[in-house]
Amino acid sequence: MSTATARRLRKPLISALALAGVGVLVLAGCSGGGGGSGEDPETLEFLKNAENTTTEPILQALADGVCSDENDAMPLEINSIPQADLDAQIQLLATQDGLPPMFSAGGNPAEGAKLWDAGYLLDFDKALTDLDARDKVSDGAVSTIEKLYGGAFNFLPFQYNIEGIFYNKAIFEENGWAVPETWDDLLTVAGEAKAAGLTAFAASGEQGWPLTRLVSGYLFRSLGADAMQKIADGDAKLTDPEYVEAAQQIADLGAQGYFGANVASLDYDAASNEFLTGKAAMIYMGSWLLGNINSDANTIGADNVGFMPFPAVDGGAGSIDEYPSNVGLPATFGAKTYTAGVGDWLKCITENYGNEALSQGQITGFVADDTSIELPAISQTIKDTIDTSTDSVLWFEALFNAKASSISNTNAALLVTGQMTPEEFMTTVQDALDQG
Amino acid sequence: MKSVLGDRKAITLLLTPALLVYTLIILVPVAWSFGLTFFSGSALEGFEFVGLENFSRLFSDPYVWDAFWFTIKYALLVTLFQVVLGYGLALLYNFVLRKSSVLVRTLVFFPVVLPTVAIALLYQKLFQSAPVDGLVNELLVNVGLSSVDWLGTGTTAFVVIVIMDVWRSVGFYGVLVFSGLLDIPDEIIESARIDGAKSFKLLRHIVLPMSLPILFASFIFSINGTIKVFDSVFALTGGGPGNSTTPLTLYMYRTAFQFSDYGYGSTIALLLTVMCLVVTLVIFRSSRRDLSV
Repeated sequence: MSTATARRLRKPLISALALAGVGVLVLAGCSGGGGGSGEDPETLEFLKNAENTTTEPILQALADGVCSDENDAMPLEINSIPQADLDAQIQLLATQDGLPPMFSAGGNPAEGAKLWDAGYLLDFDKALTDLDARDKVSDGAVSTIEKLYGGAFNFLPFQYNIEGIFYNKAIFEENGWAVPETWDDLLTVAGEAKAAGLTAFAASGEQGWPLTRLVSGYLFRSLGADAMQKIADGDAKLTDPEYVEAAQQIADLGAQGYFGANVASLDYDAASNEFLTGKAAMIYMGSWLLGNINSDANTIGADNVGFMPFPAVDGGAGSIDEYPSNVGLPATFGAKTYTAGVGDWLKCITENYGNEALSQGQITGFVADDTSIELPAISQTIKDTIDTSTDSVLWFEALFNAKASSISNTNAALLVTGQMTPEEFMTTVQDALDQG
Repeated sequence: MKSVLGDRKAITLLLTPALLVYTLIILVPVAWSFGLTFFSGSALEGFEFVGLENFSRLFSDPYVWDAFWFTIKYALLVTLFQVVLGYGLALLYNFVLRKSSVLVRTLVFFPVVLPTVAIALLYQKLFQSAPVDGLVNELLVNVGLSSVDWLGTGTTAFVVIVIMDVWRSVGFYGVLVFSGLLDIPDEIIESARIDGAKSFKLLRHIVLPMSLPILFASFIFSINGTIKVFDSVFALTGGGPGNSTTPLTLYMYRTAFQFSDYGYGSTIALLLTVMCLVVTLVIFRSSRRDLSV
């Protein structure tokens, strides 16, 4: 073989090698790192939203205590990502078969229902019956989950919250206010609170949802428990006058200055602190606030906090006993990664989570049957309310698609600061619903 | 060297790997994204062919046009401030501070190396109005004005975004233009001075014409960066309040990844691409004219 021929042969060979090398590199870049996910997981990886700080200490306590055998066999590994990215990340992992055994999902309930429809979630009704632990989850929580996530028991109630208005008992007593039972009473109290130099309602406009919760609260009292279901079913529009009326009422609260100055940029922690440091008379919030109420950050004292349902609207169709309820941003188990080891973990968590959470002052949808645990008065009030309440409602965005939900939250501050009229607000949200 | 580059095979060999990587990581996703504009749905639910529906939606969606105008407004304003203030800084370094400009240059350049999110947090605190006033509001109150909810309304939030982005990048443009000014020969300045040119005349007739190429380069750099703004707005206001500070990039991201509407998200991306293409064409046309002079 002459040198020239050899050179001619070598050139394509080198370029072929180079191409192959580049191809391998690109393919290596495309394949993701497996980590704890896959069909047969070695660890119980739990991917959660970073904003959820209550589940981790309880799971950790279980892993170190009563579930230590399960933890030795399959160590618990908790990872967090920001809540805003969670739904997208979970969808991406699902389509790549990379979901961890346990993960939070359904920040927007409609997205959670999609995962269920596509077969990525474990059917807890069956799994827990097989594990003989189905009775360890309360029926109320399961019915809320079924209402929200596509009609099945496909998420676990690591939180179970009811919502209402927390109020500062000392401020109410000093001013001689009775706990308002009607919307008009509430407005009177709010007006007097403002006159006394207090913020009537602490609320975070930066988050938005604490404001839209008031809109749905008003709707559930004025139009009845099915007010938002009718919107979801297309039987009513948010632009109907009776719906716009609710937005108008909440906008009026803002116009009266009952949310305090600068509500638009107040964030969640700052709003909670406003109430917990005695600067605000009331705050509409879910029972997840108990963690803060029972902590040292509460300078007004846990005994000083009262809880009332959203008041009735005169002539309205709704009942004051219907509390909005939710399961927080819940966690679930993947159907494809459900192995015997994961099953052991699921059984241990289901049987013990309720009591461990209660001992840390939290109320969940798991049955807590340890009567020796003493609760602070306000936590006991909430627990009793949950145990005795007969029916529940959802919240403003519960049945919205992701876009309508986002638009509702981001525009709520504009509604209460007069930058958007109630008609504009409801039209904008309804348009997003119609598109979805 | 000339013989190597004249060889077609050598050219093919040298270019193929780069072209292949470019094709795989840029062209394929671009084509893929373009294809998605004719579909609706998500990876989870499956995709459905919808023809031109996404495009008709694009033209009737008020949010797109809000985002479009915000992007244009932001790009023009920030580019203007970046280049003009950068030029001013460069003149200061070169003609006033001269050799002692190193310290000032370093200080002004410092924000360029800071992470955007850190700067956004800093500005959130500076312009904070609740629960307690930030530094800016404190100042306003101290001089007898009332405090402003800066990030609570669209107009004031836009002002904060512009101030922040100009602050964090003006040092870069200062240094960029400064390097151009250094190229102006001292003899020319000297002879202009001898001919009686004073500061403004010197700037107008000597410095400005001779630094036009670097000004033009700065403009291209700046408009390139500002038209694609995402991180600073996302970290500072998240596009709010409402959608008042949402640029197209953020709206595209939300639509595709938060609302799981990949088809429509890709359509918005296409609009952004067309917008960048138009800007690029305008720049190239004007630069060609510039060279032909």
